[in-house]
Amino acid sequence: MLLNKDFLTVENWSNLLANFVEIALMALPLSLIVITSEIDLSVASMLGLSSSLLGLLWEYKLAMPLGILICLVVGALCGALNGFLIVRFRLPSLAVTIGTLALFRGFAYIVLGDKAVADFPTEYTDFGIGTVPYTFIPSPFVLFIVLAAIFWVLLHHTTIGRSIYATGGNQTAARFSGVNISRLKMLLFIASGVISALAGIVFTFRFSSSRADNGTGFELSAIAAVFLGGVTVQGGKGTVTGVVLSLLLIGIINNVLTLADVASEILRIVTGTLLIISILLPNLIASAQERLRLIQRQRELAKLGSLSATK
Amino acid sequence: MNIPMIKYSLIRIVVIVCALTSVGPVSYGQDKPIKKDLKFTAIPKNVNNPYMVIQSGGAVDACKELGIECKVVGPSETGASAQVPYINTAITQHQNAILIAANDPNALVPYLKKAMSQKITVVTLDSDTAPEGRTVFINQASAEGIGQSLVQTLAKEIGNSGDFAILSATPNATNQNTWIKYMQEELKKPDYKDMKLVKIAYGNDEDQKSFTETQGLLQAYPNLKGIISPTSVGIAAAARYISTSPYKGKVALTGLGTPNQLREFVKDGTIKEFELWNPADVGYLAAYAAAQIASGNMQGKEGETFAAGKLGNRTVGKDGVVLLGPPTVFNADNIDKFNF
Repeated sequence: MLLNKDFLTVENWSNLLANFVEIALMALPLSLIVITSEIDLSVASMLGLSSSLLGLLWEYKLAMPLGILICLVVGALCGALNGFLIVRFRLPSLAVTIGTLALFRGFAYIVLGDKAVADFPTEYTDFGIGTVPYTFIPSPFVLFIVLAAIFWVLLHHTTIGRSIYATGGNQTAARFSGVNISRLKMLLFIASGVISALAGIVFTFRFSSSRADNGTGFELSAIAAVFLGGVTVQGGKGTVTGVVLSLLLIGIINNVLTLADVASEILRIVTGTLLIISILLPNLIASAQERLRLIQRQRELAKLGSLSATK
Repeated sequence: MNIPMIKYSLIRIVVIVCALTSVGPVSYGQDKPIKKDLKFTAIPKNVNNPYMVIQSGGAVDACKELGIECKVVGPSETGASAQVPYINTAITQHQNAILIAANDPNALVPYLKKAMSQKITVVTLDSDTAPEGRTVFINQASAEGIGQSLVQTLAKEIGNSGDFAILSATPNATNQNTWIKYMQEELKKPDYKDMKLVKIAYGNDEDQKSFTETQGLLQAYPNLKGIISPTSVGIAAAARYISTSPYKGKVALTGLGTPNQLREFVKDGTIKEFELWNPADVGYLAAYAAAQIASGNMQGKEGETFAAGKLGNRTVGKDGVVLLGPPTVFNADNIDKFNF
């Protein structure tokens, strides 16, 4: 199917990359959060809130750069709210962000109701729809490339990154080795809020449409990409490269199957199955290894026993 | 031949051609051939919505008649952006036309514009985009037509006199409010001077609320002769209440609904007649319009007329809107012919 003559066209690759840019953006901070064994389910609602807020501010004739800035600040505040509830009251992030998933989407509907704002200035929508000059890379995708690089450096080459792994691996041990877990988690949730707000801005310009229901359900795609990318649910493990590759994989699978006119239900089944396999396989391998180790140990013990018996 | 001579003979040819074509049956666009090997993509709002399935089925039927290859693809959810990958795919696959029921009037426009810039005919049906995003829009029914015919249907059933109420969706539902506005226009005509609209109730398109609102209406207005419910949720709930109440057969009920939902109430006499456009015809007309445009037989400008198979001829109206025509009236005689 990869040999479908339309697949390798420049134009198709441009569409392929553009299709998952918002999900890709949200998956970056989300990976880090999942590595610390927390989760943020409110990302797509944050996207919707940011999109409708941008629309409202534009309707009120606010200058676009200022509107964008306000959206990002609101993103930071909403992220801080998640972080505050989780860190300060030690609430499980799953429960808190299910709550804010509903809350932020509710705010989005308060902001814009069932209206839509569409008359965004062309220089911004051109950014949303266009490509980087002389390439097939969609302009918004550049944001993802830059942020992916930043997150890669952050996770793999800084003390913050090591603190993230340490927190996910063993929270108590991390605390005793001097990691400020509260501050770390707070920062990660704020980052998630800001980048989800950014994804909302990108979405708005890409479709020239600001609506409260924008991006409904995207949180699941983002989480799926994170898990498929090898970040474990239990935390402590995962890489940015893995997540980027899984995003690409999901993007390519979706694109190829759509080009081959495969029904969207089948598409969902394929991504769902892939996700289950990606979680199941490492677990199976790990338990097989464990069993092998046990057997080996028993053999050694038996050997030792027989040795002592002969003595 | 000198130049005036050429001019003269040209004029003569034109006159003769005109004369020849005006003889015989009136032909609008029927004789213009549909191109061979056309490929269409129909994109419904979402793929597993029964209404959309019937609509797309109509488009596929029309394509079969015309020898066009037509595929139906689309998202399983109705988000504003969900249809974009399918539009892009149709562009990549060099389809000749896209027939789309738009999930969002604006979000699709940049992508549909891109399609049109690559000579792909774009026809919207059921739900339109901004006019710059498509060539023509197939409108299932005009708001005016629906408002008028609902009042006419009820008037016929209650003998043009008596109190009646409207059971609508939500107070700010755009479609319903437009239809109600046209119903009130229609009521100003002298024919209806003995009919009185006593109340507009809102069932919020929720089954339970619509049910209790119907109950409330009948208790509050003992002289009520009829109810018009221009929403499929409302009419079904009202029918359910009336069919098991003493008002059955005494209070007329009509409105917009689907045959499958209301079949039992038509059979048990709760509803004599209700209306809806036939979704299959919407798809059918869209496919014919797209075929005519893609074959270069028309451009989708106001006033152009084209042949639409079994539906006869249609004329493109203002802003490229093509009207399907008056809604279909369903009653005990014909309801079993429809399955949607």
